[in-house]
Amino acid sequence: MASSSKLNARIPEGKLEEKWTKYRSTVHLVNPANKRSLEVIVVGSGLAGASAAATLAEMGYKVKVFCFQDSPRRAHSIAAQGGVNAAKNYQNDGDSVYRLFYDTIKGGDYRAREANVHRLSEVSGNIIDQCVAQGVPFAREYGGTLSNRSFGGTQVQRTFYAAGQTGQQLLLGAYSALQRQVGMGAVQLLARHEMMDVVNIDGKCRGIIARDLVTGKLERHFGHAVLLCTGGYGNVFFLSTNAMGSNVTAAWKAHKKGAFFGNPCYTQIHPTCIPVSGDHQSKLTLMSESLRNDGRIWVPKKKDDNRKPNDIPEDERDYYLERRYPAFGNLVPRDVASRAAKERCDAGYGVGASKMAVYLDFAANTERYGKIQANKLGLHNPSKEEIIRLGKEVVKEKYGNLFDMYKQITDEDPYEMPMRIYPAVHYTMGGLWVDYNLMTTVPGLYALGEANFSDHGANRLGASALMQGLADGYFVIPYTIGDYLSEEIRTKAIPTDNEAFVKAEAEVQERITKLLSIKGTKSVDHFHKRLGKIMWDKCGMARNAQGLQTAITEIQQLKKEFWENVRVPGDANELNTELEKAHRVADFIELGELMCKDALHRNESCGGHFREEYQTPDGEALRDDDNFAYVAAWEYKGESQFELHKEELKYENIKLAQRNYA
Amino acid sequence: MSHGNMNLTLKVWKQKNKDTKGRFETYQAKGISPDMSFLEMFDVVNEQLINEGKEPIAFDHDCREGICGMCSMYINGRPHGPKQGITTCQLHMRSFKDGDTIVVEPWRSAAFPVIKDLAVDRSSFDRIIAAGGFVSVNTGNAKDANNILINKDDADEAFNAAACIGCGACVAACKNSSAMLFVSAKVSQLALLPQGQIEKQDRVLNMVKQMDEEGFGNCTNTGACEAECPKAISLENIARMNREYSLATFAQNKIK
Repeated sequence: MASSSKLNARIPEGKLEEKWTKYRSTVHLVNPANKRSLEVIVVGSGLAGASAAATLAEMGYKVKVFCFQDSPRRAHSIAAQGGVNAAKNYQNDGDSVYRLFYDTIKGGDYRAREANVHRLSEVSGNIIDQCVAQGVPFAREYGGTLSNRSFGGTQVQRTFYAAGQTGQQLLLGAYSALQRQVGMGAVQLLARHEMMDVVNIDGKCRGIIARDLVTGKLERHFGHAVLLCTGGYGNVFFLSTNAMGSNVTAAWKAHKKGAFFGNPCYTQIHPTCIPVSGDHQSKLTLMSESLRNDGRIWVPKKKDDNRKPNDIPEDERDYYLERRYPAFGNLVPRDVASRAAKERCDAGYGVGASKMAVYLDFAANTERYGKIQANKLGLHNPSKEEIIRLGKEVVKEKYGNLFDMYKQITDEDPYEMPMRIYPAVHYTMGGLWVDYNLMTTVPGLYALGEANFSDHGANRLGASALMQGLADGYFVIPYTIGDYLSEEIRTKAIPTDNEAFVKAEAEVQERITKLLSIKGTKSVDHFHKRLGKIMWDKCGMARNAQGLQTAITEIQQLKKEFWENVRVPGDANELNTELEKAHRVADFIELGELMCKDALHRNESCGGHFREEYQTPDGEALRDDDNFAYVAAWEYKGESQFELHKEELKYENIKLAQRNYA
Repeated sequence: MSHGNMNLTLKVWKQKNKDTKGRFETYQAKGISPDMSFLEMFDVVNEQLINEGKEPIAFDHDCREGICGMCSMYINGRPHGPKQGITTCQLHMRSFKDGDTIVVEPWRSAAFPVIKDLAVDRSSFDRIIAAGGFVSVNTGNAKDANNILINKDDADEAFNAAACIGCGACVAACKNSSAMLFVSAKVSQLALLPQGQIEKQDRVLNMVKQMDEEGFGNCTNTGACEAECPKAISLENIARMNREYSLATFAQNKIK
């Protein structure tokens, strides 16, 4: 298989472990005087956006940052709970750059680029150093050193954390760095602004059209380069662990203006979320993967067992992950854990009112922690109650905020009885196709963090999203952008009365007018929920050809109905949240169709993409490396028309193998 | 579409924009389930308003899991409603009774102008952070993380201060609209850590100066901020900030 001539991944020559070091040291530079006249637009202020914007401004570029929230500190990276991976080997447990690289490629079911993943592993340690220097309060041991915990898909402890609020602390670190640059005037911050389109001039990306969400005014902004750091598109499913505002609009607009979309069907369904409780539900809440460190997952051995969990004796419980995957047990990767939960529930062993849940039980580890704590305190014959009490204190310190959140949402106390959990849409591995420089197929247009497709293959390992977002922003783009901008030093800022800006703004205006003029009978949410149901039922945890074909027809029908019958109240020239949602949902509908087409064409199962037709006798994902070891990069060719381009994935350092966690 | 069997009367602040006068409007929320969050109840009301051809109520929200700090409703006279230690998005309808009347207002503070209905402008908080809420360390300058050893108790206390979500409930709760809890949380986090020592005097002076310029009031130690903070940020932070501020003022006057 040869890669499409339209895709040049620009992976440097040389040995895997030398590629980045050598490239970084030879990539073109921009001198400080020239940096001052080069303008960079950063869309999105999460880990990738904030870290990129801060670093580029520190280097001397003129930076503008856009976010739709009221403050850059609210980007959804803030909600990441469990931790951030780094190959520090502080625990002396055999970790290394190579092992993190290997775990990530294997965890991604051999569908990620070797060179990108190795670079990610190489810079992972720098991330921790940088964050600590900024004052990020990671968890520590009594000796003052940093603490680590385990995450899925690995057998070492390489995850750094700050209670169950790691994303918050890392984002606030990056936000501080960003605000420092704002204070110095090196970054112009435009909060409550949403990007509506990209502007290309002579084949290069030269700016964006943004909407001031408070006044409704459309604005034109020029940039020598544009960085999309706009996160993932999990909200295409309506219900997901994403924030309500998380959307695909920026990436989708870029796609329609020439950026290829990579592997859109690769969706991560996270195994441990609070189950859906009713049709009023607006979002789903994650319970961190770190809970699988200390929680054991089980269902009753008997079907339709209606006893309370604490009344079911040990030998009548099926710890199905430990049974099926003894080597990794409860810490198998997310796709594997999610499918196993679905399998048990579909077979009739689910628990709770809906029977679509399994137990996540902390009793055994609470007792273990209690005993350790009793020893530490010098209590020699503690009673069982004393042990449990001490154990609960330890659990509270580790996961207190998560337990409180669970109690608040479900009205059940997880200190007293097991949590009920079920898989939910959490992350999208797919995204805009980028080369080694993180540049899309449009020169000057970059995608960072979850918005690109690059590092996680078909399944992301836990605690690797924070790592990738910060790697891209702090340590990759500051170097790789030089390769492009060094050629742009003679380009003067293009005035925004240029016809390309005028035309792009007019198109956005036309769409706003259209949305407000339909005055139909159904709300935006009505369409969003219907789209979500189609996607969850037919392009969710398990997919098949027939379902996907039906989904494509249904989505095309839904799109037609949306544009005929949506009701968007209010005006264009004010804060209008329904109008904001309408734009986003219109784009989600188009993306949904492409996701189904991608899932339909990939006649294999890999990672989060599970096609029922392709599985091993044990129900594991069955890859087809001969025919599908490639990145599917889709080119937009007009309404409902997408052309497939393939980037061959070459494995020169890792041998392709069936994943085995047993 | 019916979800549950609670019926409520809502009195909600409606205001077109910062330049127009606002007023309370009354809405009926019908068929509400006790398992809904407060914001999901608003979703139901808004859906109903849209179906009736009326304009929905504007309110800020995003993550709906209590961490982004965007939701900001003043419910029955309390920021984030009647329960302690949670944001509005984590408040569930089981905390109310069928037939209740609920009054919902935006954050009230001169430094938080109303944008529309329940949404306010909190960019003053961003400017306070930009004035000094950071450690000046450029990317690439860091040494190995474990070269900085930090006593676990200090690290934990810094973390507790850093848990602030910047929602502004402290300001809304305070009769003086003081932002001291918010500002002191960031000052404390960095004052407790070795990384923050180099700039600690300038930091506290600059942040407090910006806070005053934004129009926030003074602290008179009523403690309403701590009581209403969804993340239980402690008043001790304010004491620590006052100490840092006095020391910095003294030291810098002496130098000059």
